[in-house]
Amino acid sequence: MEFEPVIGLEVHAQLLTKSKIFCGCSTAFGADPNSHTCPICLGMPGVLPALNRKVVEYAMKMALAVHCRINGASSFARKNYFYPDLPKGYQISQYDLPLAEKGCVDVDLEEGRKRIGITRVHIEEDAGKSLHDEKTAYSYVDLNRTGVPLIEIVSEPDMRSPEEGAAYLRRLHEILVYLEICDGNMEEGSFRCDANVSIRPQGTERFGTRTELKNMNSFRNVQLALEYEIERQAQVLRAGGTVVQETRLWDAAARVTHSMRGKEEAHDYRYFPDPDLVPIVISDEWIEKIRATFPELPMEKRDRFIREYDIPRYDAQVLTAARALGDFFEETVRHCGKPKTASNWIMGDILALVKEEKIEIQDIPVSPKALAEMIALIEDGTISGKIAKDVFQTMWKTGKDARFIVEEQGLVQITDAAELDSVIDTVLAAHPRQFEEFRNGKAPLFGFFVGQVMKATKGKANPQTVNELLKKKLSLR
Amino acid sequence: MVKITRQEVEYVAHLARLDFTDDEKNRFTAQLNDILMYMDVLNAVDTTGVEPMTHAIARTNAFREDIVCESLETEAALANAPERQGPYFRVPKVID
Amino acid sequence: MNLNELTIHELRDKLAAGETTALAIAEAVFRRIDAVESKIHAFISLMRESALEEAAAADRRIAAGDATDLTGIPIAVKDVLCTKGSPTTCGSRILENFVPPYDATVIAKLKAAGAVIIGKTNMDEFAMGSSTERSAFGLTRNPWDLERIPGGSSGGSAAAMAADECIAAIGTDTGGSIRQPASLCGVVGLKPTYGLVSRYGLVAFASSLDQIGPFAKDAEDCAIMLNALAGHDPKDSTSVPAEAPDYRMFPGREAKGWTVGIPKEYFVEGIDPEISAAVNGVIATLERLGVAFREVSLPRTKYCVAVYYIIAPSEASSNLARYDGVRYGFRSAGSRNLIDMFKQSRLEGFGSEVKRRIMIGTYSLSAGYYDAYYKKASQVRTLMRQDFDEAFKTCDALVTPVTPTPAFRIGEKMDDPIQMYLSDIFTLSTNLAGLPGISVPCGYTTTGLPIGVQFMARHFDEGKLLTIASALERETPFEKRRPAL
Repeated sequence: MEFEPVIGLEVHAQLLTKSKIFCGCSTAFGADPNSHTCPICLGMPGVLPALNRKVVEYAMKMALAVHCRINGASSFARKNYFYPDLPKGYQISQYDLPLAEKGCVDVDLEEGRKRIGITRVHIEEDAGKSLHDEKTAYSYVDLNRTGVPLIEIVSEPDMRSPEEGAAYLRRLHEILVYLEICDGNMEEGSFRCDANVSIRPQGTERFGTRTELKNMNSFRNVQLALEYEIERQAQVLRAGGTVVQETRLWDAAARVTHSMRGKEEAHDYRYFPDPDLVPIVISDEWIEKIRATFPELPMEKRDRFIREYDIPRYDAQVLTAARALGDFFEETVRHCGKPKTASNWIMGDILALVKEEKIEIQDIPVSPKALAEMIALIEDGTISGKIAKDVFQTMWKTGKDARFIVEEQGLVQITDAAELDSVIDTVLAAHPRQFEEFRNGKAPLFGFFVGQVMKATKGKANPQTVNELLKKKLSLR
Repeated sequence: MVKITRQEVEYVAHLARLDFTDDEKNRFTAQLNDILMYMDVLNAVDTTGVEPMTHAIARTNAFREDIVCESLETEAALANAPERQGPYFRVPKVID
Repeated sequence: MNLNELTIHELRDKLAAGETTALAIAEAVFRRIDAVESKIHAFISLMRESALEEAAAADRRIAAGDATDLTGIPIAVKDVLCTKGSPTTCGSRILENFVPPYDATVIAKLKAAGAVIIGKTNMDEFAMGSSTERSAFGLTRNPWDLERIPGGSSGGSAAAMAADECIAAIGTDTGGSIRQPASLCGVVGLKPTYGLVSRYGLVAFASSLDQIGPFAKDAEDCAIMLNALAGHDPKDSTSVPAEAPDYRMFPGREAKGWTVGIPKEYFVEGIDPEISAAVNGVIATLERLGVAFREVSLPRTKYCVAVYYIIAPSEASSNLARYDGVRYGFRSAGSRNLIDMFKQSRLEGFGSEVKRRIMIGTYSLSAGYYDAYYKKASQVRTLMRQDFDEAFKTCDALVTPVTPTPAFRIGEKMDDPIQMYLSDIFTLSTNLAGLPGISVPCGYTTTGLPIGVQFMARHFDEGKLLTIASALERETPFEKRRPAL
């Protein structure tokens, strides 16, 4: 029997605020243990939470970006459970009145564009960290992360393959990063994902029993875990068994999911409205103010790049992967008017150097204007594409502009036919044996002569002119 | 009438991370029954369509600005800890 | 008269006139404490050393002409408010060794005003009780009759007031915990409107009901204290962002022409006849002053105990989850694993009433029971609040007894939780509705036990409560009587 997987994803994204959600402690990652704590995030007796306005605004941004309806009034609830890294014995979250509901995002798949429903976007606080020492009978608690703001984005069970799941995650990730509300770092836990997976016989409507997958800390692991789990469930069903509703942990090293059965508590979170926090009331005016700060989102930008600049979809995808990269491209095109050439340079030489030097596009030593000027020099024939590669390297190293480098190093391209003619004559005269062989039909030697001319001109000869002149010369003789 | 069984008392106690002796369980079961029976007076009130009151005063939108304030010194954060190890709170390991 | 028996305003005037010093007042208070505290046990901890330093600082401030009404005034604080560097126990074993690294907002405000904090007063554990018998550190006795309870949960503050061990005191009121002990100890006690005083640093019992308020010797002192306590605090999201008036203008005003409602549901069988008589006496006195009385109805009054004893324990079950032995407080020794450690620490650290309420609250919020208990109670709460809105359409204030009986005997209600809960029947509703209420001394039983009368007013109408209390004081100066200790 063929099965169809049904996948829903829950994403937790840490918001890039400076301070925590309910207190003034820093959210910076990697500080000494328990050094970013105060009575409030330590859950000391008597403390009260005070909501960071920016958290609400960032969450609104994401909610609007995924086309959710922002609730006019939303409120906080307490999710009660005991764990050593949960100082108050409850997590402040949103329950029956989340910030926003009923949205969607489009994802690009090989077979085309697909719409995935978003159930809700809500605000909550992160918990701390417990470190477990294998050698001793103790765990160690660090509460720096306690109270770091999170949004949870819950999808509808709309995905039908691990690829769709991964595409959806990449999409949410790029939106969050574009909006500059999350750094998207999966290793540090800024972007986390749990999955609900079930399978059903192809062509049927009823959902099967689902399992919840946790502990997947990269896009690739999400896809691998989904693939594994779908296959595991299929095997269970094919063997006549039934899938048990449970939470399973992905073991990235062994590439399997493990049941958490037995280790899991019966969950009864006793949600109730948090009496310490008052409702958030969001006016249309506030929503419009947030909307006005919106950047163009990646998918819209991609479509526009293809339409407006007539570049291939692949180029558009690469150039919109980060907001700053797209901006760099557009700024370059604005100065030189050559989209495809600009795209080639950015995707090629620039991204190679960015990767090599591990820097951000906004920090590179070549400005879009400088790149555009260099492209203009190629376009007007001042330098050859080959020379341009060297010029660009020099620009990168010295920060000098292209025209200055070209003049300083005398790199202006030689297009003058008379001048090149005499160079060609010299070259032919210097290589009588090769010349002879060529005339006897050894055609590949044409390239040898081009090379010799380029060498003699230190690469400055216009290759097209050289080609034409050589052809003429060689056929004349 | 029984509102809460001994078994439920045990379940609720576990949720609340409390533990009782057998004697206490019996006494609690009886007392909670009395108390919950008393609560039955509320069944007489028609609350159809009535909004629950979760706050004593209707206030909305209380915010603080996103400004970093000084945290406690790590020593002060740990000063009340029953057990610590270096800069960490120490607890018995979560059993596997 | 000894300095410790005077009011804030009397001492303020003496200090301003240079007739005494803050140090002398503090010393008088500690002399009194040394003399009577062994009989009363009003305090869990005393802050003698820091108090004397604060008194000396107050004297310098007075000399510099920078005094407030509270500069140099010794104040006792319920041990439920966090005091930086001084133990804060909430009357619980589980917080026996807890030393907060911060001051509650009201503590910071009192210190800023130059008040002298003399110690932390006894209370029912986590403010859960009506008798101060449920403190892990021993019970407090009523100065008027040492065999009786002082009321609770702020019984230590009320008893310290009645015994002149302080000039004014701070309590908290979740279901009557200021007004009931004030009534049983013969002092003025005010529970402000929810949101008027910051709860930051008040160790939470039931967050939507808790309010901090003063115990005072008269209405004027009460106004002075409220001035210091009231005001918006950005650290408490439920504190109201409005400017509080200068409450000192209200005592001394006339209540002539007001209409005061008598909620008929509060005058039912079971009230001690001496209390009925005393409250009727108050009505007669105020009528003479030109106050009109009319009967009003608060039909849902009969549900208040059930509503309160669902909502308060529900919130408490969550508020008290933080006492898990990880970051502070008591941890049971020798637990082998984490769940064991949680359970043992809480089992040994909490007293039986606290555990009982955690159980009720956890049950009320648990899957399958939420709608029938927590949600139902919250809905009835809405209706109760509507009853008050209706009554206040025609009344400036309401008058009721504070308690059905005078102070009961120690141990009398310890084994019967419902009887204990019913002793709060007249004070619970104001907390559920968020209203202000005041308890004012209005007489004595034939055996010499104090009786109080309660007035309630609209939200943020504390001024009216102070006016009517002061009017009553001028006619019947009961607050001047002292227990024989």
